Amino acid sequence: MVAVRYQTAFQLYPYEKVPEQTAQMAPVRHPVVIVGGGPVGLALALDLGKKGTPALVLDDHDGAGLGSKAICFAQRTLDIAHRLGASSPMVEKGVVWNVGRVFHGERQLFNFDLLPEEGHRNPAFINLQQPYFERFLVEEIRAAQADGALIEIRGRNQIAGLEQHADYVTLQVDTPDGPYRIEADYLIACDGARSTLREMMGLSFDGRVFEDSFLIADVRMTADFPTERWFWFEPPFKDSGQSALLHKQPDDVWRIDFQLGWDIDRAKEMNEDRIRARVDAMLSSQTGTVPDYELVWTSIYTFQCRRMQSFRHGPVFFAGDSAHQVSPFGARGANSGIQDADNLAWKLDLAVNGLANDVLLDSYATEREYGADENILHSSRATDFMTPKSKISRTFRDAVLHLAAKHSFARPMVNSGRLSMPCAYDGFALFGPDALKGGPAGARPGAPCPDAPDGNNFLLDQLGGGFIVLSIGGEAAPAVSAYSITAAPVHIDTPSDILRKRYLGDQESAVYLIRPDQHVVARWASFDEAAVGTALAKAIGKG
Amino acid sequence: MSVELNPNLPDPDGFYDELLQAHTGLSDTESEAYNARLVLIMANHIGERETLTRLLDAAR
Ligand SMILES: Cc1cc2nc3c(=O)[nH]c(=O)nc-3n(C[C@H](O)[C@H](O)[C@H](O)COP(=O)(O)OP(=O)(O)OC[C@H]3O[C@@H](n4cnc5c(N)ncnc54)[C@H](O)[C@@H]3O)c2cc1C
Repeated sequence: MVAVRYQTAFQLYPYEKVPEQTAQMAPVRHPVVIVGGGPVGLALALDLGKKGTPALVLDDHDGAGLGSKAICFAQRTLDIAHRLGASSPMVEKGVVWNVGRVFHGERQLFNFDLLPEEGHRNPAFINLQQPYFERFLVEEIRAAQADGALIEIRGRNQIAGLEQHADYVTLQVDTPDGPYRIEADYLIACDGARSTLREMMGLSFDGRVFEDSFLIADVRMTADFPTERWFWFEPPFKDSGQSALLHKQPDDVWRIDFQLGWDIDRAKEMNEDRIRARVDAMLSSQTGTVPDYELVWTSIYTFQCRRMQSFRHGPVFFAGDSAHQVSPFGARGANSGIQDADNLAWKLDLAVNGLANDVLLDSYATEREYGADENILHSSRATDFMTPKSKISRTFRDAVLHLAAKHSFARPMVNSGRLSMPCAYDGFALFGPDALKGGPAGARPGAPCPDAPDGNNFLLDQLGGGFIVLSIGGEAAPAVSAYSITAAPVHIDTPSDILRKRYLGDQESAVYLIRPDQHVVARWASFDEAAVGTALAKAIGKG
Repeated sequence: MSVELNPNLPDPDGFYDELLQAHTGLSDTESEAYNARLVLIMANHIGERETLTRLLDAAR
């Protein structure tokens, strides 16, 4: 039996019986099994498949879940999706907004215009319903399969049991045709916040529960309504709680959040008339008239900020919500999960090809645990600003809001969620020297490469996949190898002004070693084969 | 910048008086709110992140 826990928005990988399910057969060993076909599991499978490593995804449903989940996808996620060949339909479908307004009670405190920073292929973020994000990943997986990538997604395959051995895992899988068993050299748990794998392995998931409930209403309205983000502290509409948020998604749908507090009567709050009364009050607050709209989806959610102590347990890796959970403010859930996949894919690919050691595999855990801590910190700070936990914290919060209306200095302190930014692995073991005097901080070792225009294209188009030796200005650097791994050369003879600013600072030339996940390993003023070779060895845990 | 904890303020009595007068007529809650705004404005004026950490320590 495979229970259906939720409705799907799109059916993407219908159940099909596979030969392995024949009872007599001994369990088949797969190099990589990914449990969970959410954004993280799909991105990981696509990345592995494109690198030539087989990936089997098992999901207990057969498509993207319906309902209100992620809508805000940040630039780093789009850059990773671009590397995977899946970003074009996302950016095309997604909504970009620039103007935001912040209200306190009846009063508009200030507005801002996020003028896009030039010289990036992708916008700072887009709003796009999560089911579309998953669908576009699956469509690219289908295209990769047609090109020979060994990716397989098995829908309605639910993990019912797990047996861990020193260097592989045996899984018991339930299907509509009954159970079967498979084996995995590496098992990646991308099975979400309620991870069954985590539970089966008896691993804890500790953190902080925020005592608050949020009502989400996705409404469809074709009325002319500005594409802006509106955020209220202490909204003036009746019974609307501590804060409220309105922003736009594709298909004329608007996401509305009301922060209702902890002691609420859920059934009562889900009453349609009651929800409509709140939505009416919000939508008419600036114009006095209620536009026509349709309630597409409503739900109430609460959240926690927590993470597993370790993201790796022998052959089992945890990625995405199964490993860490944050509040939705700042859109860090799926965005950070995609960075997990980005970090893990190339390390697993090397492992499957016999080229990785435990140091490299462990670095996935240490690097992404750090990423999770950073995300939890930012999202806890936003939550503490939005919901002051003591009298004095409310006093300071209100002081900031009061001042923000009058003085621009207080506006950067107003925190209704900070946009997800990728983390830089400063000081982590697998990174090398920063030997470029006065090199720009944005491209320091540990940081993800900033994008920049290059001819009619963008720099990031040429980075990633494998290791890269990037030489800018000066002489073209050659390929460098260490332990059977080769960093391929990319040379930029005449850098654009923006590329110069982001990579050279006031230097005339530079040489960068870049990881397959587009993070900078090390950089120098000029090419030195021994130095690059040493850094490459270090980057794969053999330094 | 190191934190100045020796006398540094001209006219200390006059400043103290002005500070109290700023609170005249305010309820306790309003006074608290006023103080919070004052701290934030002063912090921004100082504008040096490490100095602020030292000031926070010194006030304990
Ligand atoms: C209201 C709300 C708003 C949000 N907004 C944002 C946002 O704007 N930006 C953002 O980045 N994030 C946002 N998030 C977070 C985001 O939705 C999650 O971080 C994201 O879905 C995590 O992806 P995942 O692949 O790790 O897990 P999931 O998306 O949870 O996928 C897990 C998959 O595993 C499957 N599965 C589970 N158990 C089993 C099993 N035993 N066997 C087989 N399959 C199994 C599930 O069916 C599911 O398909 C939001 C979340 C909420 C609730």
